[in-house]
Amino acid sequence: MITKAIKQGLTLAVVMSFLVGCSSSDNAATEAPTTGGSSVGSGVSEATLSNVVYFDFDQYALTAESRAVLLAHADKLKGASVAVRLEGHADERGSREYNMALGEKRANAVRDFLVTQGVNGSSLEVVSFGEEQPAATGSDEASWAQNRRVEVKY
Amino acid sequence: MKRYLLLCLIFVTSLAHAQLNLRVTKGVDNPTKIAVVPFAWQGGKLPEDLAKIVGNDLEFSGQFEATSPERMLSFPRSEAEVHYRDWKALGAEYLLIGSITQQAGRYYASYELFDVVQQKRVFAKLTVDGTSAQLRDMAHHISDKVYETITGIRGIFSTKLIYVEAFKQPQKYRLMLSDIDGFRARLLLESRFPLLSPVWSPNGQRVAYVSFEADNKPAIYIQDIATGRRQQMTSFRGLNGAPAWSPDGQKLAMALSKDGNPEIYVMNVLTRQLTRITNHFAIDHEPSWSADGASLFFTSDRGGKPQIYQVHLASMQQERVTFDGDYNARARVSPDGKSLVMLNKRPGTTHHIAAQDIKTGNLRILSETNLDESPTIAPNGAMLMYATRSGGKGVLAAVSLDARVKILQPPKQGDVREPAWSPFFN
Repeated sequence: MITKAIKQGLTLAVVMSFLVGCSSSDNAATEAPTTGGSSVGSGVSEATLSNVVYFDFDQYALTAESRAVLLAHADKLKGASVAVRLEGHADERGSREYNMALGEKRANAVRDFLVTQGVNGSSLEVVSFGEEQPAATGSDEASWAQNRRVEVKY
Repeated sequence: MKRYLLLCLIFVTSLAHAQLNLRVTKGVDNPTKIAVVPFAWQGGKLPEDLAKIVGNDLEFSGQFEATSPERMLSFPRSEAEVHYRDWKALGAEYLLIGSITQQAGRYYASYELFDVVQQKRVFAKLTVDGTSAQLRDMAHHISDKVYETITGIRGIFSTKLIYVEAFKQPQKYRLMLSDIDGFRARLLLESRFPLLSPVWSPNGQRVAYVSFEADNKPAIYIQDIATGRRQQMTSFRGLNGAPAWSPDGQKLAMALSKDGNPEIYVMNVLTRQLTRITNHFAIDHEPSWSADGASLFFTSDRGGKPQIYQVHLASMQQERVTFDGDYNARARVSPDGKSLVMLNKRPGTTHHIAAQDIKTGNLRILSETNLDESPTIAPNGAMLMYATRSGGKGVLAAVSLDARVKILQPPKQGDVREPAWSPFFN
């Protein structure tokens, strides 16, 4: 419970720091855009907006944490004419094709949330890779948790 | 786009060095003991040991145990040289002898089967012939004949396997074709992008699969196995997945999310006309035809968890089929139409392969390994293969439908997955 509260606090900090001031864009698909100054060692001010949101096992509903991250993305994307690719993924357990559908449902959930927050739906493209492109290659709970994700790429 | 495809794909049919090795780890409790005597041959070393291939084939079925040649007391070449006493002493129930001759570049293998217990010849001398490249085919043909004669079940040793081999760093996917014993692996397609869900056409001449090669998005393709010629069948927005040939080979069932959500469709292969089959806000996926082609089984999470449902195509009436376990997905129908083989998980356990009697609903767990998936049934209905993990790698395993045989394929290079067992070729 405590760790969850801390996590949510951090997420909030991330969102806040993002809102405070950043218009930097970063085209590298796997790199999260960094906010604030370039003082690398200064810890707290070095906050990043995650480009990845995570899901529970066999679920495609957004968690509260994911919503907070996506709100920050929505604020950034609102009114901008930037193409966004939402890549859905699943962990390795279960059927390969079913995991394709799971990944798509997850990416659709992110798309629908962004659209309700005012992002232009036609700029959002959804694609699922199922379990084909894991972020972590282990066969354990920690790896699986990292692989049940949607990557927001723009 | 065309040039792009040419750059990143190879569909040559050259022999690949990769080879899957099969190893029997557990057979039936009382396998039939057969002695396969090294075939007589006057000449230099043959490129293949036919007797050894036949012995391995029969052991692969899990129903036989082959006597090691080192234990044999004699090597008869004809019925006159067979002393039943010698074979009885070794505990052999059957004895197969053979000889190979060569004539004008062709090999001729003659073989005879004896019943050691009843001390009589089972079938008169038969001959099969072929080129040196067909020596393995000749051995598999002999295995089929022996297996069928003793068990009364058609042999599957001349059938083939298609599977996906995946490599990391750099990411690479290969669609492979091999003999059912893993030998003679041949590359059908190589891509930098994901390949999955290969399925044989009922006539054994084509394979349908999903490839992400176009713009890193899924699309369904059909490839002619002999020529390598390919057709892209779908390129809809969203999911294009899980192709399944109808028993008459004229239609492909598939899952598409072009209308916003994964639904089951049926496409006429010739006209490409699409018919929508399901309409539900949940996931509907992984269609598989019933043996008579009148209905489709599919995976749906409309009840909260993935379960197998059946839709009758004439009435479009739908019903839930699986109730045992909190996860049932990717069903395949047995050749006799009586069983479903699928991925099953019961609460608190890992995913296993299970078979369900369609009429009674009784479900049996067939596999004991971890992270099992993608079952494919042999055309004689007696065995199935599936993908699992061993030593951190994707490997194939096989099991008999009565769950008595376990065979694992030790991995060679990449992750081996998504086996598809061919139909009979004649």
